[in-house]
Amino acid sequence: MKKKHFVWSRLYMAIVLFMMYLPIFYLIFYSFSSGKNMSRFRHFTWAHYVTLFHDDRLLAIFIETIMLALLSSLVATLIGTFGAIAIDQAKSKKFKGILLALNNILMVSPDVIIGASFLIFFTALGISLGFGSVLLSHIAFSIPVVVLMVLPRLKEMDRSLIDAAQDLGANQFDVFSKILLPVITPGILSGFFMAFTYSLDDFAVTFFVTGNGFSTLSVEIYSRARQGIDLEINALSALMFVFVLALVFVYYLIEKRRRFKKAPKRG
Amino acid sequence: MKKILWSAFTILLICFGLNLTAKKLDGNVSANSKRTLIIYNWGDYIKPSLLTKFEKQTGYHVIYETFDSNEAMYTKIQQGGTNYDLAVPSDYMISKLRKAHLLDRLDRRRLKNFKNIDPIFLHQSFDPKNNYSVPYFWGTLGIIYNDKFVKASEIQHWNDLWSPKFRHNILLVDSARDIMGLSLVSLGDSMNTTNSLDLKLAKTKLDELGPNIKAIVSDELKMYMIQNDAAIGVSWSGEAREMLDSNSHLHYVVPKEGSNLWFDNFVIPKTARHKKAAYAFLDFMLEPKNAAENAAYIGYATPNRAAKKLLPASLRNDRQFYPNQSAMKHLQVYRDLGPSKVQEYNDLFLEFKMYAH
Amino acid sequence: MKKNRLFFLLPYSLWILLFVIAPMILIAFDAFTGSHGEFTWSNFVQFFSDTTFLRMTLNSFWYAFLITVITLLISYPMAYILSHMKNQQFWLLLIILPTWINLLLKAYAFIGIFARDGLVNHFLSFFGIGPANILFTDFAFIFVATYIEIPFMILPIYNAICDIDPALINAARDLGASKWQVLGKIIWPLSRSGVESGIQAVFIPSLSLFMLTRLIGGNRVITLGTAIEEYFLTTMNWHMGSTIGVVLIVLMLIVMLTTNRKRHHQEVR
Repeated sequence: MKKKHFVWSRLYMAIVLFMMYLPIFYLIFYSFSSGKNMSRFRHFTWAHYVTLFHDDRLLAIFIETIMLALLSSLVATLIGTFGAIAIDQAKSKKFKGILLALNNILMVSPDVIIGASFLIFFTALGISLGFGSVLLSHIAFSIPVVVLMVLPRLKEMDRSLIDAAQDLGANQFDVFSKILLPVITPGILSGFFMAFTYSLDDFAVTFFVTGNGFSTLSVEIYSRARQGIDLEINALSALMFVFVLALVFVYYLIEKRRRFKKAPKRG
Repeated sequence: MKKILWSAFTILLICFGLNLTAKKLDGNVSANSKRTLIIYNWGDYIKPSLLTKFEKQTGYHVIYETFDSNEAMYTKIQQGGTNYDLAVPSDYMISKLRKAHLLDRLDRRRLKNFKNIDPIFLHQSFDPKNNYSVPYFWGTLGIIYNDKFVKASEIQHWNDLWSPKFRHNILLVDSARDIMGLSLVSLGDSMNTTNSLDLKLAKTKLDELGPNIKAIVSDELKMYMIQNDAAIGVSWSGEAREMLDSNSHLHYVVPKEGSNLWFDNFVIPKTARHKKAAYAFLDFMLEPKNAAENAAYIGYATPNRAAKKLLPASLRNDRQFYPNQSAMKHLQVYRDLGPSKVQEYNDLFLEFKMYAH
Repeated sequence: MKKNRLFFLLPYSLWILLFVIAPMILIAFDAFTGSHGEFTWSNFVQFFSDTTFLRMTLNSFWYAFLITVITLLISYPMAYILSHMKNQQFWLLLIILPTWINLLLKAYAFIGIFARDGLVNHFLSFFGIGPANILFTDFAFIFVATYIEIPFMILPIYNAICDIDPALINAARDLGASKWQVLGKIIWPLSRSGVESGIQAVFIPSLSLFMLTRLIGGNRVITLGTAIEEYFLTTMNWHMGSTIGVVLIVLMLIVMLTTNRKRHHQEVR
């Protein structure tokens, strides 16, 4: 009986996972087809990859998208960490509650609302649309998630540590850099990572606030998909998939090393 | 602390490196550089090799951006965040842009090839003296049908679209004026009507088209028609040309009761920063050889007399795409109806889309 | 210390002021003004008196509801099974991985899969069922939206199930509870918080999937998100767009307040 159950659950999981990967592998499969669409595989070719590597605009957009994600998550991590510390230090409970509620507004708002309201905002201020406005927007919608990642670490922290350090004559900078920061570093890192994925994944907000020839990968794929199927996009998704796999592998290695380092301490 | 600062610094360094690479890929010129030309055009509406040819001939770097609809283009130009040097709006939108003082007055002396334009395409109502626009392409709105699914006799008029035979089989182009317009013509009204009641009736009639509609799409309509995904499509003549070239089962009809005659013209927005480049490009595109090459590639009808002569006879003499004088009489050019009327068209069309099930 | 606090608070509150409060005020301002900048209720009057808008609102909530429910039905067993696997980290990674592939790319894949000549129709014709219209149907839209949201539902539920103290389950087993009883009486109630945050993570974004209503729904499915996008970027009627936005915000607030109250109740109990 137990074994049977096990088989069913395995089967279910296999089916769901298969469905999750099917579209991705479908795209990759046809990136090697010499045909014009995704319906009949003609014969094997690298041609779409060659076009992709000669498509300077797409490559530039790819690089700019990554640059945007790195920059916006860096700034968002900085402001978000400060924000988390500020929320944590707030004395009155009411003030804390208000700050948290305001923080969560952008977390729960639908993307279109964020995009539309930012568009009104930039227009009202006369900020020209382009890399700047997209960067500002990405920073803005990534901050709350950083706050939410860092805050729990701060709550877990032992208050007496700070008091002890201050009693021993540590100045504020020391307290911050030697005590606070090491404790919340894991939170900061995961906050940065989340902000990075948010930025990479965003389409709707960028779509509203972009202009002046600046485009991110999502927006570019959207406008190309609206012109019909182009196997160059398939080639692009194959490369993206390899890229993601590589990132995961690197992450895995780092994680393994960290655990290895930590292990003796724990034991 | 040190570690975090170092990683932040590394990230900044990486960003700087990425930025340099991106700039290099973009041709080492940004939108701010003087040797740049930013063109704002419909998707897939110019032969790409002509852009490269222009870049090689003049040394300007072309940034080519695209839009989906006249309205979306107007929004971006009016919002002012972007400084386009050339844009390609359609007739009624030119008049709207002109009235909103968003266009730069043309200096025609700087366009020595302007004489190639056939005079019948000049001095249209949207720009009576052609002080603001240079004709690029012209064409009609019509029905594309697939003879695998539909007989020619079944689809000759706009009203045929409502036939129950075509359930879930029609693709419409996502354009407010055109779809509202075809409904208006089918009711015997003008495509430029400002009568709110007529508009409401046209929208109500469109609502009944709902069950027949497969999708309301933009550029991808072409692909779906070519792949035999739908029996009937409503789109513009140039789009039809491309579809017909790729799938021999497809045919194009302009209903006799009337349709839209449209013009897409080049304009220079007020906010343009690289006017010299813009004039150079306009004159380049007016050269008969280039215009003919472009017309053969895009498939729309060229207003350039000298270029038309260079086109193959099969293209030039196709009555569906270059209709004769008597057929032209039934065609209507869109007029700018003023912001509030245009809004009414757009809002009604959007409501129709919300309703279309 | 006071100065120090201000130093941390300043950039953050500046962000709140500029990017949270100001945009909200601006969107509300636009919703209550007409084309000449005068104060008016007319946008709201139009919204609530026109059946098209009401129908559209109901429709998009209906779609979002369907997407959420189907996602939940698929994800809960998945999360449960996952929490009982060996090598959980590996399987978890396998589930997260597709979310890192750009959403637009996945939507684009379905254009090919659902096409008349695509994978699904090849498969169907293998069984002798003629080519079916799949693309541009409600089914296609809901399927793709569900597909995209599934990982975001699995993760919170999985976390909640993992947080359950195994001792509780063991105790129940020792007391003779069947597998289903354990699932119904212990695991389900204790993973409620995960389900709730999963629902929040899926329901709200599915209101704004305007790219899917275009590419997969063929503009036949218009949700609140699509309507806002159209009013802002296509028809240029920012006032009406903002009005729909404000309505959406208010509706969401109501939903959130009611779920929060419920959670509060639970805590009290």
